[in-house]
Amino acid sequence: MSPALETRNLCKSFGALVVAQNISFRLEVGARHALIGPNGAGKTTFVNMLTGLLAPTSGQVLLGDEDITHLAQEARVKRGIGRTFQINTLFRDMSVLDNVALGVAERQGVAGRLWLAASGHRQLRKETLALLDTLGLADDAGKRVVDLPYGKQRLVEIAIALGLRPRVLLLDEPAAGVPSLESGMILRVLDRLPEEIAILIIEHDMDVVFRFARRITVLVDGQVLCEGSHAEITSDPRVRRVYLGEQHG
Amino acid sequence: MTRSIGYDADPRVRIIEWVPWVAAIAAFFLLPEYLSLGARILTYILFALSLDLILGYAGIITLGHSAFFGIGAYVAGILSAKLGVTEPLLLLFAAACAAGMLGMATGAVILRTRGLTQLMLTLAIAALCLEIAHKATPITGGADGLSGVTIAPILGAFKFDMFGRTAYLWCLTLLFAGWWLTRKIIYSPFGATLAGIRENRVRMHAIGVPVYRRLLTAYAISAMIAGVAGALLAETNQFVGLNVLGFEPSGELMVMLILGGVGRLYGAFVGPLVYLIAQDFLAKQFPEYWYFGIGLMLVLVVLFARGGILGLVDGLVARWGKQR
Amino acid sequence: MEAFLSSLVSVAFHGIAYGMILYVISVGLSVTMGLMGFVNLAHGAFAMAGGYILTSVISRFGLPFPLALALAFIVVAAASMLLERWLYSRLYDAGELEQVLFTIGLIFMAVAAAQVIFGMLQRPVLLPDYLKGQVPLFGRDFPAYRVFLICVSSAMIAALWFGVERTLWGAMVRAAVDNRAMAQSIGINTRRLFTLTFALGSGLAGLGGALGAEIIAIEPSYPFAHLPYFLIVVSVGGLGSLRGPFAAALLIGVSDTACKYWLPQFGAFFIYVATIVLLLWRPAGLFGKRL
Repeated sequence: MSPALETRNLCKSFGALVVAQNISFRLEVGARHALIGPNGAGKTTFVNMLTGLLAPTSGQVLLGDEDITHLAQEARVKRGIGRTFQINTLFRDMSVLDNVALGVAERQGVAGRLWLAASGHRQLRKETLALLDTLGLADDAGKRVVDLPYGKQRLVEIAIALGLRPRVLLLDEPAAGVPSLESGMILRVLDRLPEEIAILIIEHDMDVVFRFARRITVLVDGQVLCEGSHAEITSDPRVRRVYLGEQHG
Repeated sequence: MTRSIGYDADPRVRIIEWVPWVAAIAAFFLLPEYLSLGARILTYILFALSLDLILGYAGIITLGHSAFFGIGAYVAGILSAKLGVTEPLLLLFAAACAAGMLGMATGAVILRTRGLTQLMLTLAIAALCLEIAHKATPITGGADGLSGVTIAPILGAFKFDMFGRTAYLWCLTLLFAGWWLTRKIIYSPFGATLAGIRENRVRMHAIGVPVYRRLLTAYAISAMIAGVAGALLAETNQFVGLNVLGFEPSGELMVMLILGGVGRLYGAFVGPLVYLIAQDFLAKQFPEYWYFGIGLMLVLVVLFARGGILGLVDGLVARWGKQR
Repeated sequence: MEAFLSSLVSVAFHGIAYGMILYVISVGLSVTMGLMGFVNLAHGAFAMAGGYILTSVISRFGLPFPLALALAFIVVAAASMLLERWLYSRLYDAGELEQVLFTIGLIFMAVAAAQVIFGMLQRPVLLPDYLKGQVPLFGRDFPAYRVFLICVSSAMIAALWFGVERTLWGAMVRAAVDNRAMAQSIGINTRRLFTLTFALGSGLAGLGGALGAEIIAIEPSYPFAHLPYFLIVVSVGGLGSLRGPFAAALLIGVSDTACKYWLPQFGAFFIYVATIVLLLWRPAGLFGKRL
């Protein structure tokens, strides 16, 4: 069965600086896959190439069977790739409802309409509110994002991506910067994400990784060091040396 | 703070939104000596609305919006003075088409750029239009301007009289249409998209929005409205001069809009009203001090009152509400 | 043929003189925009001020020409330092729109002040006798003042380039233009650097305005009328670079002179079209690092 998302020998360099070397990667349908690695390993760069924010120097990106290497961001979103950003990239002055509704409207093909009032699209509002409800944000729908605590803002970040009904979801450190009091919220949301979505999560927090991921890829200096299950990774001496540190495990 | 954009916003016209129209009609009856100034104000409100759409709502900074105003004025003027087309609605239509086409052509070019390059391109385009109008003397009248713009009576019945009554009502009608159109757009899903693009363009790309296409559409619509405003000016003044083009009218319009408040629809009403009335009274007495004062006001607004007059009003209302 | 070659040389000569003045005026804008990321549309006002200072101190106080030039530089630099400290610095973190509006406001104020103080007419430039007349060079006669202008501009430009390449100040500017946060974290006092560089850039503009008063007439509408060209020099040349605007300024100077001489009915049409084409081809400018 073809994977949900795949890269073949993906390379990226900025002049003499090589940030990605021959990354061949498979994200299976319904995967719960984590991408870990030290700071500067190139994880976010890799995700940026998957979403089309950055063009690779060479190599291919395939969605299902389709080569999307040269496809623009918008087109990839239409084909089912959704992402969150490591640093909240939200519409700060707009309400939570609007933040998510923008994506939902785009997906439904309604967003380009000049004539009918936005708030008159009841079906769209219902769907958006239902989505917010599954994330525990229904009560905050009318509030401005900038007025929410950071943890809830991170949830809005995820909600926006979910509103796109993606087949592939790329989460860039969803719990980053969230105070430990609020991170439980995020973990619960991650647990309950729909089974059919293939999810790749970049994380530094090992507890989150081991709880959530069924498969782990370790990226170091732009190259895949190794890939496998939780047990395989923790017992791999290379990983221990490079990333987890001698004293762990 | 009430935001007029988004999926929660109530699109129905509030009572307070009828105030400008009531005031405008009252002015028609109560201030008959000021109707030509009034027509000018109404024209500039329409012009400011067009700029607000692209600047306040979509967040595109342009110093060249006068290009569309100017092309609208000159197209209407040339059609009338040189080709004998005098039907006012037809002239407006032609102006809108010309400005819209220019908007699409220039928008296609500038909307792919950002920052200083984009700003520079808008300025270069405006300068280019001014230069063309300046040099194409046989068509545009060059530095002397285009006179002999005659307008047939509206609907065959209402002649442009010398008291400016017809002109005033004509401008009021067109402004109403422009306002209604702009308001529709702002409250639509398209309008929400524009706000999203302004707030966070990166996010918009990442949710699959064809940002460039949306901006181009908004830019073209904005250009058409500006073109109609320019044509209105030509029709009511029966003259088109070089002062409708270049950096200065763009700068002046920006001042008016900032004064009223950007991105709040009615800033485009308040700004030109206050500016043009003040200019009418003060500029005649002390022209250099007027100009200096405008510059000073702009500097002060940017430093201390970014939301313009409406922003200050909002602030006062909020504070008054807290004290009750 | 003889006449054509002669006019070619003449156009080139005057074009180079014009271009050098454009550069001296605009280089400050390029550096401050690249350094502080601040869109200073009012830069032309500094050039205008320099021109007014020159013409005023000569006609009112009869000061010698070189002293007047020096004064133009010093006074404008000093005044700009105050402006930077009190006003500009408040807006470094503000959005682009605010910066644009602020500087437009400053232009309005400068233009109005110039009108009130000096009136609407162009300022006559009273050249000292030793700079009037013609100078024989390579078997031709060239206007002495233009030759002087090219020499002084070249000297200033050489000094500037030397300063940026070789001095500590220059190194700091280059570092901060490249990466401001990084520069701050290695201890560069960016606040003082900004003020100093801004003063230098504005002073140069004042000097350029004074030097070039014969080519670019000093009148109240100066900042508006010539803003497009200054901005073209910077954006086509590339923000934050020194060589780029030099090439751009010479290009514009020569093309503008050539167009006005041989195709006067088109005016600056080709310059604007060329600018648009160039910017579309290279949005970061010919030599620019970033927008």
